[in-house]
Amino acid sequence: MAKRPLPGINTAAMADISFLLLSFFLLTSSFDTEQGIPRRLPTPNDETPKTMQINQRNVFVIKINFNDEIFAGGEVIALHQLTERTKEFLENSHNADNLPEKELKYINKIGEFPVSKGIISLQNDQNTSYNMYVQVQNELQRAVNELRNKVSLQYFGKVYDRLDTTSQNAVQKAVPGKISEVQPSTFGKDE
Amino acid sequence: MSDIIFTFLFFFMIITNIRQTESKVKFTMPNATEIRKLEKKQLVATIYIGAPISANENTLPPGKISVQLNDQTVKQENFSKDVRDFIATEKESRNEEDKQKLTFSIKADKDVQMRYINQIKTELRRNNALKINYATGKKSEIATINNASNIY
Repeated sequence: MAKRPLPGINTAAMADISFLLLSFFLLTSSFDTEQGIPRRLPTPNDETPKTMQINQRNVFVIKINFNDEIFAGGEVIALHQLTERTKEFLENSHNADNLPEKELKYINKIGEFPVSKGIISLQNDQNTSYNMYVQVQNELQRAVNELRNKVSLQYFGKVYDRLDTTSQNAVQKAVPGKISEVQPSTFGKDE
Repeated sequence: MSDIIFTFLFFFMIITNIRQTESKVKFTMPNATEIRKLEKKQLVATIYIGAPISANENTLPPGKISVQLNDQTVKQENFSKDVRDFIATEKESRNEEDKQKLTFSIKADKDVQMRYINQIKTELRRNNALKINYATGKKSEIATINNASNIY
């Protein structure tokens, strides 16, 4: 028996259908990836450490008022100054008396490292705008990231993001960047 | 021809995530530079805060701001309960291992006052949902420098 030639499939309609589907997915797709500033809240049974004695020099008080003005370390500063101030505070490179104490700690993979005891205390007002709050958090994070990068470059020769997890943890221990949030103030009592 | 289109099609099918919840509030997220990507979409529960799109949504006083959990805006009188239930159901739908990694992402409008964020944070903390994320857009470095001098 002679072989019958296979009938060719008409693909023109297929292209139409795929075009339709393609345009559907093109329109519905959203490229917004979930991104943001991650934070960790303190555990609920963690009472505010009023009784705990913290040395004055170890606390960097940042307040954002209802007018979105920033008070840091006792004076009004602009947003772009905040990173430098925070770095200065956390690093205390000249071992100044009014900046936080350091404690020599043994850290895996790094060795003895003077870990700063500094804590950043952040307080916002109920009327502070969310934008300002995020900007301040961003600047604080930038300060911590820059210090971490510095340490990781010094000890591992790479930026923090390129390190493996154990080294990242080591750097995290060396630069803890503790932020404690104080109960917000209520300036305008309109609640 | 159709091969190429099919390739495109598959690309978009994989890339897309069809929005599960329809947003009932308007929000423009603030921009930041020091941002991290959240690893997995399944491990994120989102809380939307912003001005309501339609007039008959529930709002919280005094600023007429809506907080949206799942598909609904929250009424002021059962705010605590709703947030608690939301956290519980979100945790419930994950397995043991993922419960620890579950992140609550706060997507809020940049003009919202902190009082609403603070309320949410208090509730999250009370219910032991401690991993949070302030959702932001990405700001370019150049814009940062310009803004820094513009703000004051």
